[in-house]
Amino acid sequence: MIPPMISTQDLTLRVDGRLLVERLDWRVNAGESWCVIGPNGAGKSTLLRTVAGLRPPDGGTVALAGKPVGDWALPALARERAYLAQSRGDAFAYRVIETVLMARHPYHADRYWEGSDDHAAAEAALRTLDVAHLAERDVRTLSGGERQRVAIAALLAQDTPLLLLDEPANALDLAHQVAVTELMARLCREGRAVVSVGHDLNLAWSGATHALLLNGDGSWHAGATQDVMRPELLSACLGHPIAAIAHGARTVFLPDAPVAITHLAPVRTTQ
Amino acid sequence: MSVLPAASRTRQRVIVLVLTVCALLALAAAGLAGSVPVPVADLPQALASVLSGAPDTMSATLLDLRLGRASAAFATGAALALAGVMMQALVRNPLADPYVLGVSAGAAVGALAALLFGAALWMVDLGALTGAVGISLLLYLLARRDLGGGRGAVRTGESGVLLLTGVVLASACMALVTLMLSVAPESRLRGMVFWMIGDLAGASWRLLPWAVLAAAVLLALRRARALNVMALHADAAVALGIDVAAQRRFLFLCSGLLTACAVTTGGSIGFVGLVVPHACRYAFGPDHRILLPAATLVGGSFLVVADTLARTVLAPQQLPVGVLTSLIGVPVFLFQLHQLHLRRR
Repeated sequence: MIPPMISTQDLTLRVDGRLLVERLDWRVNAGESWCVIGPNGAGKSTLLRTVAGLRPPDGGTVALAGKPVGDWALPALARERAYLAQSRGDAFAYRVIETVLMARHPYHADRYWEGSDDHAAAEAALRTLDVAHLAERDVRTLSGGERQRVAIAALLAQDTPLLLLDEPANALDLAHQVAVTELMARLCREGRAVVSVGHDLNLAWSGATHALLLNGDGSWHAGATQDVMRPELLSACLGHPIAAIAHGARTVFLPDAPVAITHLAPVRTTQ
Repeated sequence: MSVLPAASRTRQRVIVLVLTVCALLALAAAGLAGSVPVPVADLPQALASVLSGAPDTMSATLLDLRLGRASAAFATGAALALAGVMMQALVRNPLADPYVLGVSAGAAVGALAALLFGAALWMVDLGALTGAVGISLLLYLLARRDLGGGRGAVRTGESGVLLLTGVVLASACMALVTLMLSVAPESRLRGMVFWMIGDLAGASWRLLPWAVLAAAVLLALRRARALNVMALHADAAVALGIDVAAQRRFLFLCSGLLTACAVTTGGSIGFVGLVVPHACRYAFGPDHRILLPAATLVGGSFLVVADTLARTVLAPQQLPVGVLTSLIGVPVFLFQLHQLHLRRR
């Protein structure tokens, strides 16, 4: 039997003593695309960083491909999972192509300079993300959305069976949000596993096969999207009534009722 | 569209070759120039007798003295520039250098304390070494949690914290230096002040700085690709299989040792560690596989030229080389910064 790509057992996450996730038992298999949904500060990024091996769990275990994440050698782990951080600060004037070539680092134990295969992988990734024309640009001069697409291209060039993405749709325009969502769905059909954090329920519904809801108080729901992305569960999770509206063959999620602003301080008007 | 795979390797070789030739020219100029010039025609014969270890003619003696000083200048400049590149990669900020981070101020405290108590010369060197490595270690301990990296990281690393910690430690060290200068007896004050002013007048052939420099360059070149990933990704470099914590320990230790070596040879020579990496990054790009050897060669050549100017411009009067590097460095730095600003807009 093939071990699941990710399996957590009794995984508990805390930040500064605050309980975020309690006793999470979660399995992600190859070919599945998971979206992680929850309010701000519910531990979505913390969960992703824990699974990526960037921080230790606060309780329980995380295993990747059947092996505890802490037991992996770092280079081997880098060939197993790729991780897209939520934000990037570029201090130096690297060219776009250089940043993507660097993602080939885990395969370079035996070489000092990148080979033609690395260039082929990097250029293919740039083309897939529609940023090939930016290859020679200084990364610091890119717009937020362009930089995000270059970062996702680097993730593709890393060529791992498991992709962990923290808000991949950040700063992307609508067309590229849809394109990236479709790209992730395609990668899953090719047998990879994808876990992405996102705030757009409609993108999650169209792209993901499974969903993990984190309520922020330790409780969670995991399962296939049609079982978990139900209005009552989503409403409880996000703290706002959510309506699921059938539109032809599609389902559209909308915040229900006009936005209640009574609990906010009144906007002061000029007298 | 992009460079061919083999091109970057060729590019590195060409750049290193050209810069090596420049460095040799700078050393030759340093040997020939002075209040009593050595004729170019005498150079081959004089060089041969210097290399054989027994300078017999006038030209050979002059060459021996000047090349000794120039070799010390080269090792010092190269060490400072290399330390600058390492520290900038470490804190992911092009404004870092041994002076900004307080490592050379730590060396000054150690050396001046030894001078204050009238210790032997080797004790002064040891004091400088202890001060530089001590400040590196203190920086490391203070900033370790905030630097993040490794698997125990609690949160994303923030390089600004390290930079600020260094600035604060530097000012604390400068306060100690001022304190020692104010309580020092008259007889020792002169030597202490001279130590503070970056000067290569007393420098001669020494093996140790070269050995440290060679080891540091070789070790750093082996890690150049990892440095690239760290400079780009901060603690997310772990996700690409890099042991960030181990690399950071190496960078701290190595840049501390390099700074200590430079400071014991030449005292406080400012701006080399900041301006040279900046200029090299501007000219050759930020890839550390090219940047590390380029900055080492340019830093060495720069200080050789600056030191030659320092002893010839107002000859027989000698200027402290640290004054000259700052006078050259500041306008170059400002010009570059301005150019960069214009281009980015």
